[in-house]
Amino acid sequence: MPEMLVFYTFSAVAILASAFVIGQRNPMYSVLLLVLSFAAVAGLFIQLDAPFLALALMIVYAGAIMVLFLFVVMLLNAPQEDALTWDRAHPLRHPVVTRFGTVLAVFLIVELGYALMRGNDLAQPIGSRASGEVVSSVRELGRVLFTDYIFAFEATSILILVAMVGAVMLARREGEQS
Amino acid sequence: MDLKLAIELGVIGLTFFMLINASALLVLAERKIMGFMQQRYGPYLVGPHGALQPLADILKLLFKEELRPKGADKWLFTLAPILSVTAAFAAFATVPWGAETTLFGLLDTPIKLGVADVNVGLLVIFAITSMGVYGIVLAGWSSNSKYSLFGGLRASAQMISYELSYATSLAAVVLLAGSLSVREIVDSQQGTWLGFLSHWWIFVQPVGFIIYAIAGVAETNRAPFDFPEAEQELVAGYNTEYSSVRFALFPQAEYINMATMSAVASDLYLGGWHGLLPFYTPLDPLIEQYGLGWMVFLAKVSGFLFFYIWMRWTLPRYRYDQLMSFGWKFLLPVSVVNLILTAAGWLYFNA
Amino acid sequence: MVPLSHYLIVSAVLFALGAAGVFLRRNLITILLSIEIMLNAVNLTFVAFGRFAGDVDGQIITFFVMTVAAAEAAVGLALVIALFRHRESLNPDTFTNLKW
Repeated sequence: MPEMLVFYTFSAVAILASAFVIGQRNPMYSVLLLVLSFAAVAGLFIQLDAPFLALALMIVYAGAIMVLFLFVVMLLNAPQEDALTWDRAHPLRHPVVTRFGTVLAVFLIVELGYALMRGNDLAQPIGSRASGEVVSSVRELGRVLFTDYIFAFEATSILILVAMVGAVMLARREGEQS
Repeated sequence: MDLKLAIELGVIGLTFFMLINASALLVLAERKIMGFMQQRYGPYLVGPHGALQPLADILKLLFKEELRPKGADKWLFTLAPILSVTAAFAAFATVPWGAETTLFGLLDTPIKLGVADVNVGLLVIFAITSMGVYGIVLAGWSSNSKYSLFGGLRASAQMISYELSYATSLAAVVLLAGSLSVREIVDSQQGTWLGFLSHWWIFVQPVGFIIYAIAGVAETNRAPFDFPEAEQELVAGYNTEYSSVRFALFPQAEYINMATMSAVASDLYLGGWHGLLPFYTPLDPLIEQYGLGWMVFLAKVSGFLFFYIWMRWTLPRYRYDQLMSFGWKFLLPVSVVNLILTAAGWLYFNA
Repeated sequence: MVPLSHYLIVSAVLFALGAAGVFLRRNLITILLSIEIMLNAVNLTFVAFGRFAGDVDGQIITFFVMTVAAAEAAVGLALVIALFRHRESLNPDTFTNLKW
């Protein structure tokens, strides 16, 4: 029972925070609410026996990427969306979009309900293949990362280098020398 | 509620209480040590030899008027110091400050002296410390003032830059100790090398310790890296527009961050609660036997904090671009090379 | 243990919220934030399935997703800065002409 309570709390915080992210007009508030959502999902990761990943999520996403977003919002002095134009031109006021969206949403909800009712749910890991100890150990994570997935690891490092160079190139002012 | 749970809650409360007292004592210690270094007495009037000065400071700050600039963002202006202080206190959660003890036979099973012992404890400290950046950024932004904004942006950019060297120097110690849990890293520093040198990781990682100390000072925005909050430069940087309680939380967060950095340095490099001095003394087995490790830990943390204060009032301040180029162009490559050499050495000696 | 379907529902709702944000918001930064919400939901799915299959593979893939998300956020924000410098607006509707 306490497990379910923790799960419901974290999920509720994550979903509410994400809903407010897309519903806020002030981009600064959106960024901070997204940090809250990441913290809640990190809590869900800890419940899934992945503590290292939860902390990596906090360090990388909430500690670095969101700070980058915050910097850009502050430097650009990002204007709030104008309330009147937002209301007038909102896509949900467009009849075709609303009808199509409603049909799609109903379809997806029915499908989700059907999938849940089928009762093929998993309450335990399949055959207890790996206990929480093995899955949550950093040593095991490192071993698999550096032996089975070593190529993806090296490719990712080149990707980050390319992204870093690209970001610097894109953000410089025109006509600026090195 | 059985006895063990009650005592564990008591340990948590004691840790929190110790941190609050540490911030108050650091206010006094800084001003007294600054005074003695400048060949004068520090605060002298309040209490015996000025010992109650922090009380006077806090009372003064509490009675000041709570201002809020007109254009300041209502929520973020108050949220910023709360975030700073919460991150500062929470980062101490996985720092152990004493060995396992049965409290002189009061309990059947020993309890660990520290708030929590998670098997990824070091990462928790690192993650929560990087949350502290938000407090400063939001303080700078929500004050709606040019000086605050520049101060906030510069301080947060500095903190993020030095986080990299900080993490890489920690990774070298994790490699040597074989675990991310801070308690296990401290326990790997038991015993001696060659019979007389304490088994501290500083002797294997001298460069790593220096990198960690420098990055720790830069992380907490202390001199000589305190350009963003220097009085002569940007009025007061990101806390220009703050007053009274909201202002008081910022220096408190800074002092608690200092205490956390010192605690982590003494846990990771200086042996924590093992080994009173860098060489073996006959006191060491007595300390283990009577469970006085926490006093050894306290002595090491206090020494490191004295070193912090000493550095502030001795060294001149770095200019901001010098600070950033030092962090990226010198400290980060040195810490990466340190990690690589440590890994190579470990592989060579343990293959 | 919490059943798998619960995690999948949370992840589906988060993904839907992110997708709705991408379609409905007229602010470039909020669109990028909604993309991050979607990536977050996908991470949760991967880790949940990884746990219930008894592997660390779910976590490994999540590592790579996080890294790619970081790279994409950096480049995306650089693009936003370049676009803002040109038109002084963060509304994607102002960038509908093919002329720069």
